[in-house]
Amino acid sequence: MERRTIFPGWGLPVLLVMPQLALTAVFFLWPAGQAIWSSMTRADPFGIRTTFVGLENFADLFSDPLYLDSAGRTVVFCAAVSAISLLLALALATAADREIRGRALYRFMLIWPYAVAPAISAVLWILLLHPQIGLVGHWLNRIGIVWDYKLNGTQAMLMVILASAWKQISYNFIFLLAGLQSIPKSIVEAARLDGAKGFFRFRTIILPLLMPTVFFLVIVNLVYAAFETFPTVLALTQGGPGKATETLVVKVYRDGVINLDVGSSSAQSVVLMAAVIVLTAVQFRFLGKRGGE
Amino acid sequence: MATLVIENLRKSFGPVAVLHGVDLALASGEMLVIVGASGCGKSTLLRLVAGLDAPTSGRIVLDGRDVARLDPSARDIAMVFQNYALYPHMSVFDNMAYGLRIRGLAKPDIERRVHEAADILGLRPLLTRKPRQLSGGQRQRVAMGRAIVREPKLFLFDEPLSNLDATLRVQMRAEIRRLQRRMGVTSLYVTHDQVEAMTLGDRLLVLHQGVPVQLATPMEVFGRPANTYVAGFIGAPAMNFLPATLASQGTAARFADGTIQRFADGRRAGADGHKLTIGIRPEHVEFEPGGQNFQVDLVEPLGSETVLIGRLASGQLISVKVAGAGPRDETLMVSFPASAFHVFDGTTGLRIDPVVN
Repeated sequence: MERRTIFPGWGLPVLLVMPQLALTAVFFLWPAGQAIWSSMTRADPFGIRTTFVGLENFADLFSDPLYLDSAGRTVVFCAAVSAISLLLALALATAADREIRGRALYRFMLIWPYAVAPAISAVLWILLLHPQIGLVGHWLNRIGIVWDYKLNGTQAMLMVILASAWKQISYNFIFLLAGLQSIPKSIVEAARLDGAKGFFRFRTIILPLLMPTVFFLVIVNLVYAAFETFPTVLALTQGGPGKATETLVVKVYRDGVINLDVGSSSAQSVVLMAAVIVLTAVQFRFLGKRGGE
Repeated sequence: MATLVIENLRKSFGPVAVLHGVDLALASGEMLVIVGASGCGKSTLLRLVAGLDAPTSGRIVLDGRDVARLDPSARDIAMVFQNYALYPHMSVFDNMAYGLRIRGLAKPDIERRVHEAADILGLRPLLTRKPRQLSGGQRQRVAMGRAIVREPKLFLFDEPLSNLDATLRVQMRAEIRRLQRRMGVTSLYVTHDQVEAMTLGDRLLVLHQGVPVQLATPMEVFGRPANTYVAGFIGAPAMNFLPATLASQGTAARFADGTIQRFADGRRAGADGHKLTIGIRPEHVEFEPGGQNFQVDLVEPLGSETVLIGRLASGQLISVKVAGAGPRDETLMVSFPASAFHVFDGTTGLRIDPVVN
C-alpha cells in the first residue's frame, strides 16, 4: 500500500516544488531551449549576424564523415567502458559478497575512486602511463613495447577507456553488491543442496536474479561513458592525437568553444540530448514494468 | 532410504558455543522432529546436516558414509526451507527439474519424475507458472516437490509450515506426514511448534540452549518429561510447577502451605527436606470442596475446553484446563491428585523417578 499525504489547496505544494522547478528551469530548460534555437541558426565568421537556417545544421552533420567517425568512435568507447567497468565491478562485488575478513575495509577501499575528481584521476593515470615519467609507461618502453599515447591513437583510446572505466567501477560495485545482497540467502543454499556449484550456480541462479540491476547499470554506464567522461578525456588527451579520442561530447566542445561554430555545436548537443532522452525512456519503461509486476 | 547417525556434533561461532554435543541415530524411514525455543540451536543442527555450515567437531554418518566434511551437493540431501526458497525466475517445472538436470538425467526421465511428483502434490496444472503467481500453500507444495523429485537419502524440513495461515498449516501438516510415510524417506524436521512436533514425529528431540534434553517418542516426552524445561515446553497450557520438599522418608511431598501428599507411584531416593518441584498438568487439576483456594483471574474459553488462570492462596500462578465451558465462579477449590504428579529435583530440574524395589 502506498502512503500519500494530501495537501489541501495549491499554495503549499507549489511553494515546496518551486525550488526544484526553478533549478530545472535555470540549469536545464533555459540552456536546452537556447541550444535548440541556436542549432537552427548560423553565425557569420565575425559573429555579427545570425541567420535562421532550419534543419540545415543537422543535415550537414549527418553528411559529415568526421561526425560519423566520431559517432562510431563513441559507440566503441561507450561499449568498452561499460563492459570493462561492469565486468570488473561484478567480479569485485561477488568477491566482497562473501564472508571475508576485513570486508568493511575492502568495500570502503573499492568505493573510494568514486570520490576522486576526474581531473585528479586523469593526473593519476598520466603519472602511471606517461611514456617517460609514468611508472607503467616507462617500464613498457624499457621492456621493448613502444608505448606513447601521444603519438599512437589506439594506445590513447585504450588509456581513456581504462581511466573512464576505472572511475565507474565504484558506482557499479555499490549497486551490484546491493543487488547481490538482496538475493535471499536461502535461494543460493537451495541451489547448493540441488547440487549447483561455482560458475554454474552463478550463471543459472545469481545472474538471472541480478539482471534488473545489471540492466539499470548498463543504461547508466552508457550515459556516463557518452557524456560524463568529458573531463577525463580532456585532461588526458584533449581528444588527440589527431582525432583518435574525440568522442561526441569532446567534439561538441571543440567545435563550439574552440572553433566557435555555435550552430553546428548546438545541433550536436541536441542530437546528444535526444540520445539521453531515448536511453532514459528505455530505462523508465523497463523499470516501470518491473515495478508493476 | 538411509540411516542417519550423528555423533558428538558440536558447533561454535567464534567463542559462542551453539551446539554442545548432539548424538542421534535415525532408522531408515524414520521421521525425527527437533523441537525447541528459538535460539536453541535446532536450525544450526539442521544446517550442519545439510552442509550449509561446517561443524566444529563431530561426525554425520549418512548411510554408512561420514558426510560431515562434504560439500552439500555431494550429500544427496534435500531440504524444504521456511521461506520455500523457490527460484523466482524459473517455472514450477524448472524449479523441480533443476536438481535433476544438474545430475545429468535424460530429458524424458526428468519429465517423468517431475510429473509424478506434480501428480502426488496436485501441481500438474501449475507447472508452467512462476513462483510469484502461486499462493503460500502452492509454493509450499512446490518446495516439497523439488525435494521429492530428487529421491534423496534424507529430507530436511526447516519450519516449513510457519509462514502459512492456521487452517492451511493443519492441512499441510497432515499432507507432509502422509507423504513422508508413503515415500519412506528418513527425515529431520525442525519446528518450534509443539503441535507439529507431537503429531509429525516418530520421535522427538528436545533441544534446550544447544543441549539435547530428551529424545523419545512424542507420548513419552509428554508423559515422562526428562526435566522441568521439557515439561514446561511440551503441553499447552504449560505444566504447573509447585515448590515442595521431600518428606516421610521419601514417600511424600511437603508443599509450601504445609500439606503433605503421598506419592502414588512409590518412594523417591534422597533425604527428607530435599528441594523438589512438583509438576502437574492443567488438565489434571481437580475441583474439590475442601481443597486449596483458587482465585480465577482470567478465563480463556476454547470451545471444547476452557482454561482458567488464577492464583492459589500462596500467590502461586497456576492454570487449570476443564472440558466444556467450565465453572463461572471467581473462587474455586482445587486439589492436585498425587497420581498426576511429575516429580523433579528442585535445584537441577531433572525428573526423579520412584525407587525400584
